[in-house]
Amino acid sequence: MNETLIHARRVPEGTSHIIIDKLSLNFPIFHGGARSLKKMLLKRGKSVLTNARTLRTGGQVQLEPGESGTVQVQALDNVSLSIKAGERVGLIGHNGAGKSTLLRVMAGIYMPDAPNVDIYGQVASLLDVNSGMNQELTGRENITLMGRHKGMTTPQIRQLEENVESFAQLETFLDLPVRLYSTGMRIRLGFGIATTMTPQILLMDEWFMAGDFHFQERAEKRLASVVNGTDILVITSHALDVLEKWCTRLIWMEAGQIHMDGPTKEVMLAYKASTATPAAS
Amino acid sequence: MMVTASSPEQTVNADFSAPSVIPPAGQTPPPARSARKSRLSLAWQDIMEACGLWRLAVTLGWLDVRLQYSGSTLGPFWLTLTTAVMVGAMGGIYSQLFHLKLQDYLPYISISLILWQNGLSTLIQESCGTFTRATDTLRSVTMPYTVQALRTTIRCGVMFSYTVIVPVVVFIIMGKWPGVTMLLALPALALWLIDCVAFCLLLGSVCARFRDIPPIVGSLLQIFFYVTPVIWEAKQLGPTATWLYLNPFYSMLDIVRMPFLGHVPSGLSWGIALGTSLVLCLLSLFTFSRSRSKLAFWV
Repeated sequence: MNETLIHARRVPEGTSHIIIDKLSLNFPIFHGGARSLKKMLLKRGKSVLTNARTLRTGGQVQLEPGESGTVQVQALDNVSLSIKAGERVGLIGHNGAGKSTLLRVMAGIYMPDAPNVDIYGQVASLLDVNSGMNQELTGRENITLMGRHKGMTTPQIRQLEENVESFAQLETFLDLPVRLYSTGMRIRLGFGIATTMTPQILLMDEWFMAGDFHFQERAEKRLASVVNGTDILVITSHALDVLEKWCTRLIWMEAGQIHMDGPTKEVMLAYKASTATPAAS
Repeated sequence: MMVTASSPEQTVNADFSAPSVIPPAGQTPPPARSARKSRLSLAWQDIMEACGLWRLAVTLGWLDVRLQYSGSTLGPFWLTLTTAVMVGAMGGIYSQLFHLKLQDYLPYISISLILWQNGLSTLIQESCGTFTRATDTLRSVTMPYTVQALRTTIRCGVMFSYTVIVPVVVFIIMGKWPGVTMLLALPALALWLIDCVAFCLLLGSVCARFRDIPPIVGSLLQIFFYVTPVIWEAKQLGPTATWLYLNPFYSMLDIVRMPFLGHVPSGLSWGIALGTSLVLCLLSLFTFSRSRSKLAFWV
């Protein structure tokens, strides 16, 4: 099962890479009338009329940059990085530093067409506990959906189901809707599904650290076998000990920019010094 | 499958020289997705990839229908039942109003009404929510956007097929079985499916950006319901009926309805329907290709 079932987008072993060149990403925030076509057309019409009638003094002040009524929030600011096959990269930084956004860019969710983002290799991402799961469906049905997403055939999905069932140990809960699950159970299922295949580039957000102790141990084993098969691992976490254990390189993000980038030990020292919370985990 | 957990540090390639420096172009293998690809070809690639995932779209569409009616014993047959009641009521009233024989009018209104109400109208209104309904998925999973369009199409198609039972039963009861001519409706229905995907990509993208479009679409459809011969027949207009060809919905409806009533649809109707579809497809491809990279921020 650990053998990759799906070969879509797979590239020759050891050639996968992530190259991001001076990427800036703005989130458009729509508020007020910006969501309404009627209001936007009215506003445009009005501004055309007022511009025509009144004489302006001085230059034009644009209170709201971008489209009328939208505010742009800069999540990533001039980020450049290059990750080669064989690297295990950890992203650190406080909440809102842009870690998750960067991860989503790498997953091809944000800015899928940006010319300065080059993701080469088969990507799998564990971004959200519920990633793509339907709350109303049973765990088993969600496994089927996930398999279909990966382009599996029915016998392959049977195999996937058995594999996840034995790992997640949800027993009867696997036949109940996912909305009845506790957070821990969701993680078991989501983690189980996501780690049945070995991608070339694995992107993980920090949620996978949750779960009870017993599960953690098994999860780590399973993760190790997957990670060893991948070319590139990128994880975000606040658990510094986890990062120290898994990563060879840390990227410290601050306010959407790369603050520091280098070997785990160096960055970790600097990071700990700046936060002044020794060995926080 | 579990391999004994070896410490990852051992297997890791410890070499990383100047990580933030981009290696010279000569060392990098050709990128999988060419940076210079146009938005249009990327959108086309999205559509093609989604077609490769048709199994996923079918599963999603079916599950949507099932979940919508999961609480009831009748399930989607509720649709059949409500449609039957509506057809019966409207057939009774309008045959009186128009002074038509119920035996002639009921088969007409039964097929007309479901083609409009559960076909075109539902299809267009549902297409508005194509991407806004799938917010969580779009934000957390990498999946071609067109999968959502196929999913909505399948869902509408399945729900539509539950209501087709009504006119079929009416035809049998009234002794108006159209015969083999009915098969001519199949290519027309196939065209409808293609149009539905186009509507999903077009209205789905636009509605993700502007949230007041679904009600606007709803009111427009209401107007078209009255100016399109759905409850009334084109021949009731007499010689002015040719003006109806200005309404593309008339031709779209006609190419499916005529075979069900035992007639061959006119070439003009097919021509207009094909022309409208072509314009619609091009428009949706244009809109979708322009909004595709922004959809994740809009939903």
